[in-house]
Parts: sequence; structure tokens; C-alpha cells
Amino acid sequence: MSFEPLKLRADFPALGRVFDDGRRLVYLDNAATTQKPRDVLKATRRYYEESAGNVHRAVHRLAAEATGLYEEARQKIAAFIGAPSPKQIVFTHGATEGINLVAHGWARKFLNAGDELLVTEMEHHSNLIPWQQAARAKGATLRLVPVLADGTLDREAFRRLLTPRVKLLAVTHASNVLGTINPIAELIREAHAAGARVLVDGAQSVPHLPLNVAALDADFLVFSGHKMLGPTGIGVLYAKPELLDAMDPLLTGGEMISRVWDDHATWAEPPQKFEAGTPHIAGAIGLGAAVDYLAKLGHDALRQHELALTAYALEKLGAVPDLKIFGRAPERLGVVSFALEGVHPHDVAQFLDRDGLAIRAGHMCAQPLLRRLGVPAVSRASFYLYNDRDDVDRLAAALLAVRKFFHAT
Amino acid sequence: MQLDDLYQEVILDHYRHPRCSGELAEGEALVDEENPLCGDHLKLAAHIAGDKLTGVKIQCQGCAICTASASMMAEAVNDLPLADIRKKSAAFLAVLRGERAASEEELGDLVALRGVAEFPLRVKCATMPWHALEAALKRLTP
Repeated sequence: MSFEPLKLRADFPALGRVFDDGRRLVYLDNAATTQKPRDVLKATRRYYEESAGNVHRAVHRLAAEATGLYEEARQKIAAFIGAPSPKQIVFTHGATEGINLVAHGWARKFLNAGDELLVTEMEHHSNLIPWQQAARAKGATLRLVPVLADGTLDREAFRRLLTPRVKLLAVTHASNVLGTINPIAELIREAHAAGARVLVDGAQSVPHLPLNVAALDADFLVFSGHKMLGPTGIGVLYAKPELLDAMDPLLTGGEMISRVWDDHATWAEPPQKFEAGTPHIAGAIGLGAAVDYLAKLGHDALRQHELALTAYALEKLGAVPDLKIFGRAPERLGVVSFALEGVHPHDVAQFLDRDGLAIRAGHMCAQPLLRRLGVPAVSRASFYLYNDRDDVDRLAAALLAVRKFFHAT
Repeated sequence: MQLDDLYQEVILDHYRHPRCSGELAEGEALVDEENPLCGDHLKLAAHIAGDKLTGVKIQCQGCAICTASASMMAEAVNDLPLADIRKKSAAFLAVLRGERAASEEELGDLVALRGVAEFPLRVKCATMPWHALEAALKRLTP
């Protein structure tokens, strides 16, 4: 299917927004969160308007419908990422919770003093701090794989650091700052050969790249719904069955039990074991609808669209004087971080906002990476299925105007 | 509110040529403030002579609003009695919070920053230097 971003844009109510000065919104902050298509809004609304029962409890028909929709969403998501079974899909509030669940339920249970955890310098804080905490709690050591000047991982250093002491490699599939797509299949293979488990942070990749978690042989995969057209507050932890069985739950309480006595309890089977309390039912249903929308478009077509648009953006932004782009990895997402000489990223973003463009400015929740890049903050434009060349042209024109304003005197 | 009103010429001038500005060595700074939301970073040194604050020196790595606010603040409070500084600080912060109108008599050149109050996400950029100053005064006058 060929891509027609203009037509797709009509599916997204928020993208029809026109500001007071008549300029239409150009939304380029997709690595932070994406806009929602009508199908997703309708699915969550329908749950609240028609089927708002709780899941896995009552026998009335609202509860039955809610349970059916919730479990159907789990099945859709399992199929979408190539998970062998929906029982391997644990609903979380987002990628952050998924990582914390593994850090608490698995790492803190099985790590010993002297063990090592391996992450990379390009991790989002969400895939760094839980491991810092787990390492501290267990007397383990956390090491970071360096990033090279072009924004790719230092594979030699990776191999050096991958000793038998490493129990887990926690690595992002794609960088939210550099756009770099890591060679995740190779990293997993090498880590497994060294005896380490692998957690893949798919927050940036699952929304954009074709991915089959079983073929990759990832041990854990986490991602967030809101970065892939879904509602906020819903995400997924995928894990191999034996790991879900061995892990401890992070939250305990209702819905996650098998039997409860006065002084102890036993757990339900996964995934319920990890879903204590009433889950975000509407969110899960909405994410199921988002997955349907993406599946209909096709991941390969989406990837081709984003590749072409990113190449165009690199060309247009490359032509803006005094603009430096961070990350030149050959395999990359539609994420472009940059700095305009002499203008702070926040001021860049403020001027772009005036012109109707939404971009991100700041440290991107990746302070260790930015420290290595030698900047306190960057500006970032990130694309999705509804962006087109006109958006990129608007971005380049706005950047030229900012530059002119600040370099005028 | 136009963006040109936010980024007035006087603000851009302070951004490009910050006053009382320079590198501060380790241990020289009284406070070291960082805005965790944007990564802006500010160090401030000063001392007290009699009833006045003097020797104000700031090292700021931030956006135009933050850098200009720090520069204008340094100019406004250097060699001023502490009591006057506290009054000025309270007045400036109240204006930025939108609690009262700005008075040029009270704030002098600082009135140029009043427009920031209309950009809620940028208020912290302009107030961070003043919060650093308050922290510095606390350390100097325990």
C-alpha cells in the first residue's frame, strides 16, 4: 500500500487543528507521544459508553464484554509483535513500568553480588535508573556500552564488556535522541552466547519497525501504547514464559492471586499475576484498536514512508546554516536531533511553536548521552505516518527564520 | 502577546552579552542550580560587605530568557542593601507568577521580563536565577 499522509491525517482529529493565525498544526514530537486516530478514540469511548464492566470478575454481560474486549486486545498485540502466546503479554502503564517490573521482579530476585548489568550510553533514563537501583540493592555492577561519534554502538567495547559476569543486557532497540537503530538481533545473539538475558526497550521501535519478538529471541520486550497511536497510561511487557513464571510480581492485591489465606497467598498464572488491581481496560482496548490501524497500514509501507521522509529531512535541515545534527547512523528512525549554533533549544522550540510546529527541546531524558555529545540540551523533530514533505519544508523555513532573528544583531 | 515582546532587544542584548558573568571554579560558587526539566544550569557567587551584597558573579548555561534574567538580576542586585534585594526579589517573583502588575519604579530594567508571565512554560526560565539568589542569601545570612 502506498502512503498518503494527507489522507491519513484526516483520521486524526487533533491534526485538523488550526491556530488563531490560520496556521495548521505541524506535529513533529512523535517520539514523545503520537496523535490518536478516530478508531482508537471510538474504541475507548465505546467501552465507557456501552461495556464499562470490570474484567475477570462478575458474570453480568458488561463484565463479560469488558473481559472479552480486554483479552481480544491482548491477542491483537501478541500477534502484532509475533509473541507465541497472548499469555506473554502483560499490560503495564507503559515501558517504564515494564522495565521496573523486570528490575524488581526478576533482577532483584536473581542478581547476586559481583554480577554485572549491561546497558548502553544511549538509553532513556527509564532504561538506566531502574538498573542503577537494582545494581545498588544487590551489590551488582552496572556498565555502559559507549556510543561512537556517528551515533552507533561501539561493538568492540560491547564484546569486551560482555563477560560471563553479565546477567542482563538492557538495551534500546532505537535511540530516542540519535535515531540510531541498534542491530538488535546480533546484540541478542551475542548476549545469549555469553549467557546473559536481554531486555529490549521497544518504546521507539515497536511503533515504527517491523518486529518479531520470537524470531529475535528477546527475553523481555517493553513498549508504550501512546507512542503508537494508543492511549496514554497503557503499555506492554512481553517476556518468555519461563521468565514470567520465575519472576515476582511488583504489585500485589486483587486480581493477581490464586488463593489467599490469613497470612499468605499464591499467585495467579501470568499474565494476571502481574496485573494487580483493576487494569486500564479502556487503554488496553484502545491500544488494540491502534494495533489494528497500524497492521492495516503495514509496517513495511510505514517504514518506507519514514525512511524517505527522514532522508528528505536530513537534506533540508543539512542545508540550514549553523545547524548541527546529532547522530549519523546508517540505520535510523525518523528522529532528528539538532542544535542551532548560538540559539538555545528552548528558544528554538518557542519560535517554532509560534509558527505552529510542535517539536521537543531539552535533555530528552538522556542526560548521560547528552553529556557525551557535549550539549546540555538539543532540539528534536520526530516523524510518523501522518507527516509529509510539507511538514519538513515548514520546519526548515521556521528554523531559517529563528536563525535570522537571533543572528540579526 | 507576540514573541517579539518576549524576546525584546534588551533581553537579547543581555543574552548575547551577559553582565557579571564568568567561569566559576569548583568551590567558588555559593549555589549550583539545575533545572531538571531542561538541563539549564546556573552557578552564582557573591559576598556581603556591610549591609550590601557585592561581587555577584554568575555562570549560566541556559536559554535566552534564563541567561538574560540572570544577567539583569546580577546588574540589579550588585552593591544593593540586602533588604532592598529581598523586596526586589519578592516583587519580581510576584510579577512573574502573575500576582501583580509590574512597576518600573520598583523593578527598573527588569520590567522587560514581565511578558514571560504570559508563557507559563517559560516562567521557570526567568525565575531560576532569582531562586538561586534566594538560596545564596540564605547561605550568606544564616
